[in-house]
Amino acid sequence: MAQDAEGGEDAPQVLKEEEKERKNRRRSKRKKESKTRTVRSNLLLPGPEAEKPQRSPLANNRLKTTKYTALSFLPKNLFEQFHRLANVYFVFIALLNFVPAVNAFQPVLALAPVLFILAVTAIKDLWEDYSRYRSDNEINHMECLVYCRNEKKYMNRYWKEVEVGDFIQLRCNEIIPADILLLSSSDPDGLCHIETANLDGETNLKQRQVVRRFLELDSEFDPLKFTSVIECEKPNNDLSRFRGYIVHKSGKRDGLYKENLLLRGCTVRNTEEVTGIVIYAGHETKALLNNSGPRYKRSKLERQMNIDVLWCVLILIVMCLFSAIGHGLWVWQYGEKKPAFSVPGLDGNYLSPVLAAVYLFLTMIIVFQVLIPISLYVSIEVVKACQVFFIHQDKDLYDEETDSQLQCRALNITEDLGQMQYIFSDKTGTLTENKMVFRRCTVSGIEYSHDANARRLAMYQEADSEEEETAAKGGTLSQRNSVSSHQSIKVVHRSLSMKSHRRTGSRAEAKRASILSKHTAFSSPMEKDITPDPNLLEKVNECARNLEVMRSHEQPLSQLTPELSDIFDFFIALTICNTVVVTSPDQPRQKVRVRFELKSPVKTIEDFIRRFTPSRLTSGSNSSSSSSLTTSKSMPRVGSSILSSTSTESTLLKLEEKLAHSPQMNNNGYSSQQDRRAIGSRPEEGELRYEAESPDEAALVYAARAYNCALVGRLSDQVSVELPHLGRLTFELLHTLGFDSIRKRMSVVVRHPLTDEINVYTKGADSVIMDLLLPCSSDDPRGNHQKKIQSKTQNYLNLYAVDGLRTLCIAKRVLSKEEYASWLKSHLEAESSIENREELLFQSALRIETNLHLLGATGIEDRLQDGVPETIANLRKAGLQIWILTGDKQETAINIAYACKLLDHDEEIITLNAESLETSAALLDHCLQYIESKFSNNTIDKTAGNTTVGFCPLSPPSSSVHSSLGLVIDGKTLAYALDKTLEDKFLSLARRCRSVLCCRSTPLQKSMVVKLVRDKLKAMTLAIGDGANDVSMIQVADVGVGISGPEGMQAVMASDFAVPRFRHLEKLLLVHGHWCYSRLANMVLYFFYKNAMFVALLFWYQFYCGFSGSSMIDQWYLIFFNVLFSSLPQLVTGVLDKDIPAEVLIGVPHLYKSGQKMEEYQPHMFWMNMIDALYQSLVCFYIPFFTYYDSEVDLFSWGTPITTIALFTIILHLAIETKTWTLFHWSSCIFSILLFFIVALVYNASCPICYPPSNPYWTMEKLMGEPVFYLICIISPVVALLPRFLYRTLQGTVFPTQLQLGRQLNRLPPETRNQIPNRLNIKKETIPQKPPCAEHCPQNPKSNDSDCFKACNQTPSSQSSQYGNDPAFPSNTKAEHTTGLSVTASPPGSLLCGGEKHSSEANSQERSLGFHEITHNTSEMESMSVEETFPWNTTVDQSSFSLLNWITSTPLFSRFGRVLQLSPHRLQNEVQDNMCVLGSISSLHQDFKGLTGKNSNDFQEQLKGTPTNFCKSETLETTFL
Amino acid sequence: MAVNYNAKEEADGHPSGVGVPGGAGKSRKPDNTAFKQQRLPAWQPILTAGTVLPAFFIIGLIFIPIGIGIFVTSNNIREYEIDYTGTDSSSPCNKCLNVSWNSTPPCTCTINFTLDQPFETNVFMYYGLSNFYQNHRRYVKSRDDSQLNGDNNSLLHPSKECEPYSMSENKPIAPCGAIANSMFNDTLELFRIDNETRTPITLNKKGIAWWTDKNVKFRNPSGNTNNLTALFQGTTKPVNWPKPVYMLDSETDNNGFINEDFIVWMRTAALPTFRKLYRLIERKNNLQPTLQAGKYSLDITYNYPVHSFDGRKRMILSTISWMGGKNPFLGIAYITVGSICFFLGVVLLVIHHKYGNRNTSADIPN
Repeated sequence: MAQDAEGGEDAPQVLKEEEKERKNRRRSKRKKESKTRTVRSNLLLPGPEAEKPQRSPLANNRLKTTKYTALSFLPKNLFEQFHRLANVYFVFIALLNFVPAVNAFQPVLALAPVLFILAVTAIKDLWEDYSRYRSDNEINHMECLVYCRNEKKYMNRYWKEVEVGDFIQLRCNEIIPADILLLSSSDPDGLCHIETANLDGETNLKQRQVVRRFLELDSEFDPLKFTSVIECEKPNNDLSRFRGYIVHKSGKRDGLYKENLLLRGCTVRNTEEVTGIVIYAGHETKALLNNSGPRYKRSKLERQMNIDVLWCVLILIVMCLFSAIGHGLWVWQYGEKKPAFSVPGLDGNYLSPVLAAVYLFLTMIIVFQVLIPISLYVSIEVVKACQVFFIHQDKDLYDEETDSQLQCRALNITEDLGQMQYIFSDKTGTLTENKMVFRRCTVSGIEYSHDANARRLAMYQEADSEEEETAAKGGTLSQRNSVSSHQSIKVVHRSLSMKSHRRTGSRAEAKRASILSKHTAFSSPMEKDITPDPNLLEKVNECARNLEVMRSHEQPLSQLTPELSDIFDFFIALTICNTVVVTSPDQPRQKVRVRFELKSPVKTIEDFIRRFTPSRLTSGSNSSSSSSLTTSKSMPRVGSSILSSTSTESTLLKLEEKLAHSPQMNNNGYSSQQDRRAIGSRPEEGELRYEAESPDEAALVYAARAYNCALVGRLSDQVSVELPHLGRLTFELLHTLGFDSIRKRMSVVVRHPLTDEINVYTKGADSVIMDLLLPCSSDDPRGNHQKKIQSKTQNYLNLYAVDGLRTLCIAKRVLSKEEYASWLKSHLEAESSIENREELLFQSALRIETNLHLLGATGIEDRLQDGVPETIANLRKAGLQIWILTGDKQETAINIAYACKLLDHDEEIITLNAESLETSAALLDHCLQYIESKFSNNTIDKTAGNTTVGFCPLSPPSSSVHSSLGLVIDGKTLAYALDKTLEDKFLSLARRCRSVLCCRSTPLQKSMVVKLVRDKLKAMTLAIGDGANDVSMIQVADVGVGISGPEGMQAVMASDFAVPRFRHLEKLLLVHGHWCYSRLANMVLYFFYKNAMFVALLFWYQFYCGFSGSSMIDQWYLIFFNVLFSSLPQLVTGVLDKDIPAEVLIGVPHLYKSGQKMEEYQPHMFWMNMIDALYQSLVCFYIPFFTYYDSEVDLFSWGTPITTIALFTIILHLAIETKTWTLFHWSSCIFSILLFFIVALVYNASCPICYPPSNPYWTMEKLMGEPVFYLICIISPVVALLPRFLYRTLQGTVFPTQLQLGRQLNRLPPETRNQIPNRLNIKKETIPQKPPCAEHCPQNPKSNDSDCFKACNQTPSSQSSQYGNDPAFPSNTKAEHTTGLSVTASPPGSLLCGGEKHSSEANSQERSLGFHEITHNTSEMESMSVEETFPWNTTVDQSSFSLLNWITSTPLFSRFGRVLQLSPHRLQNEVQDNMCVLGSISSLHQDFKGLTGKNSNDFQEQLKGTPTNFCKSETLETTFL
Repeated sequence: MAVNYNAKEEADGHPSGVGVPGGAGKSRKPDNTAFKQQRLPAWQPILTAGTVLPAFFIIGLIFIPIGIGIFVTSNNIREYEIDYTGTDSSSPCNKCLNVSWNSTPPCTCTINFTLDQPFETNVFMYYGLSNFYQNHRRYVKSRDDSQLNGDNNSLLHPSKECEPYSMSENKPIAPCGAIANSMFNDTLELFRIDNETRTPITLNKKGIAWWTDKNVKFRNPSGNTNNLTALFQGTTKPVNWPKPVYMLDSETDNNGFINEDFIVWMRTAALPTFRKLYRLIERKNNLQPTLQAGKYSLDITYNYPVHSFDGRKRMILSTISWMGGKNPFLGIAYITVGSICFFLGVVLLVIHHKYGNRNTSADIPN
């Protein structure tokens, strides 16, 4: 052993196959790549077959993010820089200068600017690389414990020395140096907790598990005895996946999952010591593979600029060609005359005109090179870096609560922020706080409104300001006082023990504590302290009492009334059906080392059979008796070793023991300790902290705790619940079927300690749970009752949704042992498969989550973030179209949309729900047609045929209000609408809507929508989101914004900008976006102007020097003009100029439109600038020209004034364009001019012979002694800038732009300022997408409101009822309209129990609802009587006097909005119906039935006929009325 | 058991290599400084008719007087110009039209002219060339400043820039290059004809070049001797020259590279039509003008061929003012621009009355 291997340097041994394969790969990349990596212990003796490979083929743990080494820097950096075309161009030109035949300048001098720019970039790169090197070094030299074979113990080593196959021991709070497979943990259950905040920003602890077989080791893990071989995936960047297996010496295999892997960069928490083997190291770790640096995006402005750069190239070529031809002609004109001034070639022969022209062309490229703005790219980078700096520094974008500020992650798209047209926003966590607050619940069909809780929340809302918060806490129920104080203490503690200081704010200590609590465990007091509903609390207590009585009397639990048993189960489900981890980190770190053998979920069938033999499972020892704790911490290993012997006897023994000791089973030392205390005294709820993966889980657990049903401990195999009267119950957790977005639910399989039944508790979205319920036969009363409960629950769910609550259904299923056994078998198979394990597990979950028994439902509120409605309103005023893409259900989404003012009450809403591609197509056509017709109505004849099939609401409009369209589309329909064939229609519909709401959309759909809009509409898109599900959308959009909220860092990592809150978007876009855009746009335009103007001077001169490429401007000036003399002012202006102050930009959001319309940099502006440059250069050229015409002036005495004039003109031009003059502007301009004169004077005095050929000795000095020089310098800029100055003046006076008005606004006193926006509004109130609905409902003269609600709801055939929404705010709705319910009967023949029940019960049980409906209908009738022909009258009638199944009005839409329901086959129905208006109801029935059978072809054919049908319908209706 | 609990606490603060920024203990709240919050005190001019109106009037009021002053000054300058190219067949110099560089004997011609008005102050005598592209790129380059500065090494090894006028007959040319080679070599002499008697007018050939050129930029080669011939030993004259450079003048301080005619020629003109100072005629006393009105004759030794490329040669007599030679352009420009500005000021005044009021009334409703 001793002769082997020098510890860490030991190369990992790789299987021969892999080596071979690598060779193969090298030979031909086509060959199949090895799919796995094989890892062996480095401590093994090298076998004879595995001689050490020369070089380790696997990456070691050295982190190297630097690009260069000292040697490779120069070549590599140059190589990279030359990837830029511009650089190549300039180097080419510089080199061209070395060719004697064409050179224009001194060759060395011509290189100077190129070298300068290359050097600046290189220094920047070098500095960046150096800082990377330093941080790398720091990380590489962190230490960790690596097992050393010589010393036979763990030794400290640097991270960089760690290699794959090493054994590493980690202590608590250490950062994990590589991806490590967990082999041993000091935790008795083989668990390890890690905090992944470094990876994904989630602060909750995640459990990791020791590889199964090592868990069962009876002795301490000894790396030397590790002989297994690990086969796992190749390194990849998927953080949430790890698959592989471990082959033991015995040949047995164990699967490896992500639960076994500790990822680099995470921190070990709550676990004293873990050991593992390195699987991936260094750059192959998942963390580093995920870390793909900043991305390079090209902004819109830059793209536009590049086009103009190409134009410049074209202009350059034209100018050069022109000069070349001119020179050719000039030479040709002299022929053989050999004038004195023409110089022959080196050989003494004169060049032929053609050759001279060719040479001259190249020369001219050199001379005119300045036209291509060499410093533009560098300047833009500098300016953007400064802009980013200022955005970072904005204190308005700083969030004190989280101590986070805006982060610009993409450095080069700041100006895109000023040009956004579409915003795609996620809802949860983006618009809302993602702070889930339990609001209401319904159990067993009875609603518990939790009024007190609502009042409490209202107080929080009021107490948002800092001082009031404490008061608010005090004001709520007394129960919570203790809790909150506990909370703050504990949190302070945590901030010390865990790495949370970065969250500390600058507030007072107490305040800080409460902030911390909010962000470390998703649990502000607001979320935690639920006030229980008295009724429900009473029932819970009653239930518990009953149970206690029953248990004491040994009665079976089934005697409980169904309601009470439901309530009991409901709370059990709330408590245990989650993945919440209980911690209490303030406890001293003392670990009770109790080791139980009984491991996590049932692993094998035998195990199952063993453990679930009915005879052994009758023990009812559930109550906790803390005194029975016998196993002391001094003998953990002994205990476990005894228990690990595998006789049946001992298994049973273990079971017993386990049950006896269940209270002590906790996931870590903290809670063990805590539990003990809790058992000893009364459990103090405040001591427990719940760390949940999603905040709503925590909310539910806290809610259950409010009912004294507290989760006190969770292990991988059991959950402990503290119940009133019953004390502690421990549920054996058999399986956890985690949440996924496809199933939309999660389940736990537990063994109920009271009944010994195997129960499945499922919690999930109502839409899925409701479909999975056990079908209830209406025959037996129980089933009937159940059906009633379901429909009632559904009702309440809808009400919750209307209130904007997140709804979850709770259900349960009791499994028989046989059922469980058969399911278990397949489930185990699924678990053990490696290939498509996820898929199999998914299927397995589907199998067990059926035939559920509904327990109840919960409503959780996700509060809107501060300022969201205002922000949205402002952004919208700024002309941004805001789409919400959410995974939430339609009703919730719509209501949130109303709450945040995305939808407005005077907006007409088009709802698209379709079941198939065809219906989607039809629907889209339909809606388009409707809109078209509205437009045509609008323009042609207002009273002419209202051919729209009754989308127009009954409520008449008032012409003053501009109402508009909103589009709501659900995920299914969206999938169809995004189909290639329909996307255009969808878009043309969507773009006409003021707001679009996509519900139930998947992450992929989100990104597809963004992509569609981006590509098809050529619009600038911004996507904002906070969660992993928004990442794809964020990446697709032109600008991705991540919200650095509690959902983790994934969105932030993918984003270009990360803001702490949604409301920060307002300032980011309206102010910084506008500024950045306006600054950069002006700077770019100015750049083009400047260069063109300067080059044009040279061009004019060519007419007077025989197109010889001569320049009157000294080459030094020519080359340094851009870089030295004229660059600073424009940089300062580009960084600091403020066209409009921030307050005005926020106050008058309309100003943002200038960016959207690219007003500051439109394509024609380039040409306007070019023309201005032409004019100015003509002035600057010809004034000196005529002044010095036929004088004794020499070349450079004439050229120097021109240069001076040009500089003055260029700087004064900038002065005209500068809107804000700060000290920086003044000094930069003065500095530039002074610099020029100083340089000129020094240069001209420095050396009489040094600068051939210009040799400007004493030129400037002499010029400055002549009055004419000054006279020229005064008049030329005046003449040159007169037109622009005049134009700007006239523009500011006669036809000011919005921006100029905004600027003037700032001048006014604040009180008058407020009134100005009106003027701005009136001037430009034309948003094409906003067809005023008012004019489209011409027949409605009555009301003063202009509510146009339209909804063509298509009921999915599977769903039986359709619910409308209440879009009204409480404040502005009449009492009758506060809630409502649209009752839709299902299609004939497809009645499902829920729907039927629902419709029948609507009247009986909910009087209020029924009442609404009645009042609604009557009011409709009233309005109808006033109105003339209205197509939908027919439908109203039908729905009101017969239960004809297809259309109902929806009183829900606050006023008289209506839902037009189009089931897959109903679209025609409506057409047909209008054709055969009121033929007879029965015949309509026939139609339906007939139509349902039709296939899609028929369907589409019919669709073509629609327009005519509409017309018909109109006439027929008239007759009908 | 509570070992190592805080062991790595410190490491937490370090960058972890996975790109999470920050982690510092102090608040990240940005400083509330005027600079960082972009609230620097600033002047925000708004260009409207009302605000810029005064500027236009001021420009107008300043420019017009300046313009008048310049114009008057320019008009007071006396200038007389004779084109002696001889393209016109009636011209006395017509016979010399096709001379070559070194024609011997030199072609001479005499042109008589009459000055109608006396030239009161010092008179500058120029020769002017038209259509002569002294600013041609390759021509401009074709010189060796080191050689002209008296560098002995460059004297014998002229710069490559002088090619192909650097060597002749295997000897270095001094001065080398195309500019020197094409030096103007007509001789102009002025006579006053007073009652049929030709009185030569003293033409001062010194002081016509820039002082810095004469004293700093141009130097003869240095050596032990003052004998220019010896100093220029080993060089040869430019091809077109009749005499070597050390025989340009008889006076030592105006000979060789520091010959002022040569220096003036070497200062290449900016435009193809230019004049170069040839001689000075100094006012002798205060009693009589430098050049009285009357008849004069100009004797020309016609050596310089310009006809082949349509060039023109002129002799110009001019007085100068503080602003140089006669050129009415600048005066007219100032007057025009001043007038335009004034006019625009008036226009803006009208606009201001029409729109400015509207603006304010609209901006501040009620």
